[in-house]
Parts: sequence; structure tokens; C-alpha cells
Amino acid sequence: METVLQQVQGFMYPNEIELQWSILIVLYPFITGLVAGAFILASLEKVFRVEAVKPTYRLALLTALAFLLVAPLPLQLHLGHPERSLEMYLTPHTSSAMAMFGFVYLWYLMAVLVLEIWLDYREEIVLRARSSKGVLRLLYRVMSLGVDTISSRSREIDEKLARLITIIGVPSAFLLHGYVGFIFGSVKANPWWSTPLMPIVFLFSAMVSGIALVMLMYMVVSWWRRTGIDMRCLDTIARYLFYAFIIDFSLELLDLVHRIYEADESFKSLDFMVHTRLFTSQIVIQIVLGTLLPLGLLLLTQVARLSERTRKTVYGTAGVLTMVGIFAMRWNVVIGGQLFSKSFLGYTVYKLDFATREGLLPAIALMVLPFVILAVLVRLLPPWEAAAVPPPARSKVEG
Amino acid sequence: MRQIFKDTEHLLRMAGLFALGVVGFVVLRAVFVPAGFGELGHFRTGALEDNREHPLVYAGRDACANCHDDVVAVRKGGAHAGIGCEACHGALAAHAGDPETVKTGRPDPRGTCLVCHRSNVAKPSSFPQVEPSEHGEGQACTSCHRAHNPKVQ
Amino acid sequence: MPTTRRELLQKGSALLLVSGAAAAALDAVLAGTPEKAEGYRLDEHWWAMIIDIGACIGCGNCVRACKIENDVPREPYYFRTWVERYHVPPGELEHPLVDSPNGGYDGFEDRATVPAGSKSFFVPKLCNHCAHSPCVQVCPVGATFESPDGVVLVDATYCLGCRYCVQACPYGCRYIDPRTGTVNKCTLCYHRITRGLTTACCETCPTGARQLGDLKNPADPIHEFLRTHTVHVLKPQMATGSKVYYAALDGSVR
Repeated sequence: METVLQQVQGFMYPNEIELQWSILIVLYPFITGLVAGAFILASLEKVFRVEAVKPTYRLALLTALAFLLVAPLPLQLHLGHPERSLEMYLTPHTSSAMAMFGFVYLWYLMAVLVLEIWLDYREEIVLRARSSKGVLRLLYRVMSLGVDTISSRSREIDEKLARLITIIGVPSAFLLHGYVGFIFGSVKANPWWSTPLMPIVFLFSAMVSGIALVMLMYMVVSWWRRTGIDMRCLDTIARYLFYAFIIDFSLELLDLVHRIYEADESFKSLDFMVHTRLFTSQIVIQIVLGTLLPLGLLLLTQVARLSERTRKTVYGTAGVLTMVGIFAMRWNVVIGGQLFSKSFLGYTVYKLDFATREGLLPAIALMVLPFVILAVLVRLLPPWEAAAVPPPARSKVEG
Repeated sequence: MRQIFKDTEHLLRMAGLFALGVVGFVVLRAVFVPAGFGELGHFRTGALEDNREHPLVYAGRDACANCHDDVVAVRKGGAHAGIGCEACHGALAAHAGDPETVKTGRPDPRGTCLVCHRSNVAKPSSFPQVEPSEHGEGQACTSCHRAHNPKVQ
Repeated sequence: MPTTRRELLQKGSALLLVSGAAAAALDAVLAGTPEKAEGYRLDEHWWAMIIDIGACIGCGNCVRACKIENDVPREPYYFRTWVERYHVPPGELEHPLVDSPNGGYDGFEDRATVPAGSKSFFVPKLCNHCAHSPCVQVCPVGATFESPDGVVLVDATYCLGCRYCVQACPYGCRYIDPRTGTVNKCTLCYHRITRGLTTACCETCPTGARQLGDLKNPADPIHEFLRTHTVHVLKPQMATGSKVYYAALDGSVR
């Protein structure tokens, strides 16, 4: 902490010198954002009948689940008393966005995601329960709730119900990540956070990151399994990524222009912070590398005729840059919001340790964990067996 | 009828699980929510007592006056009359609680005074301040000023 | 301070009686009936504080007394109260030079360079015990709350250490105690004011720049003070219902 104190510039209220929320709290909106985005992509097929993305439907749902299961972990690691976290469910303070988010999370996990996956997979689960042995058989039997019926009528009912759940699920996904935005956006004490735009910006950047993630996963998984990529699917996903990105970019630009124009009491201080302490993470990584560049690449694929191979390279690059950019956006919101003093007269630094409870190492581990869980889920509930057969390869772009 | 039940049995079981979850939640609440929660507001009433339980470290000037009424008499009418004893003498609840056993030393007769009276441009100009290097030649302030009633003797 | 043995016995037994009464009162408090403690009734008080900028000399007594009374960690990152020093260059209301070395714990050395013609003063800060507290609003579990007598307190056995309240406080008065992992802040010396004493900071302030006030007590000097002085609260645009009233607060104060 002494090094932090030495690097304080200007004046900060003494209690502000140490940052309260660390990289773990950056991870948390990033992860829930991926969940919301992946789910919205999946719902494109079910609700909006965008047939083209069907090959990624189940993969997107499983990805969402894997990440949603990990989402509470950075919070637990961050709490001073994680053993008391049940209090949020037992005595939730209804005026607290954080408390009410606990219920939004629970609703989304149980009533939307788990139910939808279960209903979509139920037939396979029952079939596998019948054909497996030993522990796996027990597992599948538990997952089927001990019910062996997969008559066509029961499957019809499942389909209808799944569709209903997805319809409810779309606003629920919006609520899931919009709420996280509200947790920041409703803090009037912090002008970097306090704006009604925050939930919407969070939501659209979540969609961007989630769609990018599923797109990348689809490409990686297809390469790994040595199956062909359905280019119609991939092109469609990339197109939706592009649309979502345009909206996200416009919203963030609106926020920026609004701030510069109104130039309220916090502006000079924030502006200085962006040009100094936050320059690399905001200007270089988030804006240039993480937004303008992938937007430009995606725009290229929309207006130019590119070969399949080129498109894949561009999509992959854009996807990775997008993920980095959205992570940087979360970083800039959370960390940036704490680097400046609420007196608007000074700045502190964020010291990221490596192998401590809130250090880089646990952060990396928490980002790897969802993929481990996903690997297990994919093993148990393969997302591609019942997926649509890829249409005959069309190597030219459809323009 | 039977067929409908068979076709929806899995949904009914799932609904049952959810219901179980709700019941479990209610039970957890009954067991784990601390006693006295919510009586006066969204908090545990016992927290008021917890905040009150803290031991006193400063006694307060009235406690000093109980025994040291002679000093009170000296201070009366002087410039320091309104200052709490512990402002210069430090925290004395331990002494007030057990005056015979717990003694305390005297304040530094120059350093203590300079804490307030060392000149600083940010102090109100009406407040008596001195530049230590130009006042008192490094002697104890009490050589000229009585600490309890600081008119120069 | 010589005392005769008789005086000693008199004082000593008086003290014993008082301590006995205090002990009995404490028992009543511990038994969960706070109303009985020395007759302290929650609904009879509405605590506030007056800070007179014109009287503050930046001695730091309050900062030290608070840390001693409330066992606050001595490192320079944890303060329940602190003092800021302002130098406002002429015509530069929006660009004051502010510092608070170790929160004012060790007093203030003269600043190396002060722009000529600056207006200079000290500003003690603490929890404002807001009536519409944003920190209470965001606590997810009810670990921080406003008591019925107007003091914003923390339930240390219930706090999760999520730090949301620290983010929500516009005044920067909260911190996480590294020893307990829970949040901590000025309690208005609740353990003192409910026993008829004043806060540690007010007790040791030599100039009366800090004074505790009870807005529900018609005889309390705070009413006269508020009537006869121009008072401000910090960050009034946040509408927090702050109950720390500053007299002679300059417009440059953040």
C-alpha cells in the first residue's frame, strides 16, 4: 500500500486511496455479459426463427450455462465474509440493486437456462439413460427426473414450453445483464458510473461479447472435431455481431459526446484520467483495438466479396479483438471508476498482485474454469448430434 | 387422462422440485435470519447494542471535574476554559475509572502547546499563533504561561 | 491536586456509585432493552453535528482522539474522521490546493509553496450521518442502517464486506477494516452519546469547531447556531440529507 500512496497524484479523500473493487469485480460483469449474449444468440433461432444459426443453438446454451455457474465465484472470492453470502437471499435489502440481482440470477439460472436446456435435451437424456451403464446411467436418470417417457406428445409439449421459456428468457437475459449495469449506473456518488445509459451500454456490449464468444467457440470446436463450418451460419452470426456492435458503439459514443458537451464538474478530472492513467486500457485497447478495428474488419466482410478462408480469418481476428475490447470496457468502467477522487482533485493507482486472493492468478483461473465446465457439459450433452446437417458447402459469400 | 399425465409427468416432477426449493428457502429463512431482524428497520436490532458496547477510552471533562474541581476553578474565565482536559492530557477513562492505580504523565510543556499554537497560514488569523523559533527561546511554555489559564504571569 | 482522604472517599464512592449505575445500565443494554439504559430513549434524539470552519485550527486532536477511542487502524488509509487543508488561490475557486497528510493525524506542516494571496482554512470531515443515506440504500443485506436516533451504523457481525456502501458514499467516509474484512466508519461515538457524553472528536477539539448536536432537544445550542450562522452541507446536489452542518464553508470545498 505504501507504493500506492506514493503514486497518488493530487488530492484524494484518505479512504479512497485503496481501491475497493478489484479485477474480480471486472470479471463478474464480463462473465455475466457473455451469458446474456450467448443466450440472445441462441434465442435468435428459437424465437426469431433465424434458421441459419441453428448449428450453434445448443452450443450457445451450454456455453451460457458454463459461464453462469462460474459467475458467482469472483464475487465469493472478493467478499470479506463469503460465508455470510447467504444473507443476500435471506434478508435481501429491497432497495439494493445488488441484493435484488441475487434473485434475478437465480431466476435466470433455474427458471430459464436450466429449464430450457433440460427441455431441449430431454429426449437425448432419456435415450442415454436407457443405453448407459453405471454412474453415467445414474446421472442421466437423475437428469431425467426418473421419467422415461419420450412420446411424441410429450416432446410436443416440451417444444411449446421451451419456446415459451425462451420468449420469457429474452427479457430475462436483458434483465440479467442490464441489472449489472444498473448496479453501477445507479451510484450517484460516482460520475463515471452514474448514467441511465449504463444498463443499456452494458447490455449491448454483453451481446457483442456473447455473440463473439459463440462465434469463436463454433469455429474452434468445428476445427477440433474436423467437421466443416456451416458458412451460412457463421456469416449470419458475424452479421448479428456487426449489428450489435454498431448499436453498442453508438451508445458509447453518445455517452462520450454527452459528457464532453455538458462538461459538468467531474468532466475535467475524468478527461484527465482518460488521457493519463486510463490511456492504454481505454484509448488503445478498448477503443482502437477492441472496437474500431473489429468493426472495420466486420464492415469489410459485409461490403466486400471475400473468400471463405479470408472470411474465417477475419471473423476469428475480429472475434478475439472484440472479446479483448469488451473486457477492457469492463476494466475501464470498474477500475476507472475508482482511480479518480470524488473530490475531482486527484488520482490513485490500481496495484494488481499475482498470487493473492484477488490477484491475476485467480482471475485467470476463473476465466479458464468455464471452459473446463463446458468440456464436461459437452461430453455429457453433446450439442451437435441432433443439430441440423450443414447444407452443401457454398464457398462464395452470399453478398 | 392417464396419457396426459404420463406425457407431462416430467414437468410435474420438475414443478415439484421447484416447490421443494421454495419450501427449503422458507425453512432456511426461519433458521438463519438472526433474532431481532427487521424490528426497527432493515437491520438486526441487536446491532444497536453492539455499537453501544464499546469501552470508553476518553472519560469526558465532567469525569475529571468530579475529582479535580480545583483545576476547574483555575480554568474558569480563562482562554482555555472551554477546552476538554483530555485535549492536552490524552485519553483518561482508565485513570478516571481507577484513579489510584492508573496514573498518567504530564503533557510536554512545549510540544503540547505548539500542536495548537504553532503558526500556520491556514489557521484563522484571529487565533493566537506563534512562530516557535521566534518565541520563548526553546523554553517550556509554562515558564511564562499557566497551562490552565494562560494569561502571562 | 491534593485531596484530603475524606474528599477522596467521597469522590471515590460517588464514582463507584456512578460506575455501578453505569454497569447496571450496560447490563440492561446487553439484555436487549436499550430503552432502559440510563433512560436513553431512541425516539428522544436526532443526532447531528456542527462544524465551524472559522474556528478550526487543524491541530489534529480530533483525528487522533477518534483513532484512539475507536481503535481505528493507524495506517494512513483508514479514517473515521480526517482534516483537509485548503489553499484557494485568488480567483481560483475551482482549483484549490488541497492536502490531508495522514488525514491530519500529525497536524500540518507549512506547505512549501502557497500561492500569494491565497485564502486558507481547514475542513474536518466525517460521516455525515445522512437522513437519506445512499450507503444504507445499497447495502444488500441490511448490515448498515440508520438508527432511529439518526446515526448511520454498521452491524459488524452481519457485514459481508462487499464494499458496495464504500462505493456509494459521496463523501469517502467509509473504509474496510483490514483486520475484520467488514466495513467501518464514524459511529458518532454511539457508545458515548448514548451515555450522555459527547463524541471523542468534539471532546478534544480545543476551539469548539466541532460540536455534537441533538436536533430533538429543544434546549440544544444547535438550534440557535443553525439560526444565526450561514450553514452548508457537503455536496447538497446529492440530496443525501446530510446532518453535518458546516458554518463558513467555502465554495471551493469538495
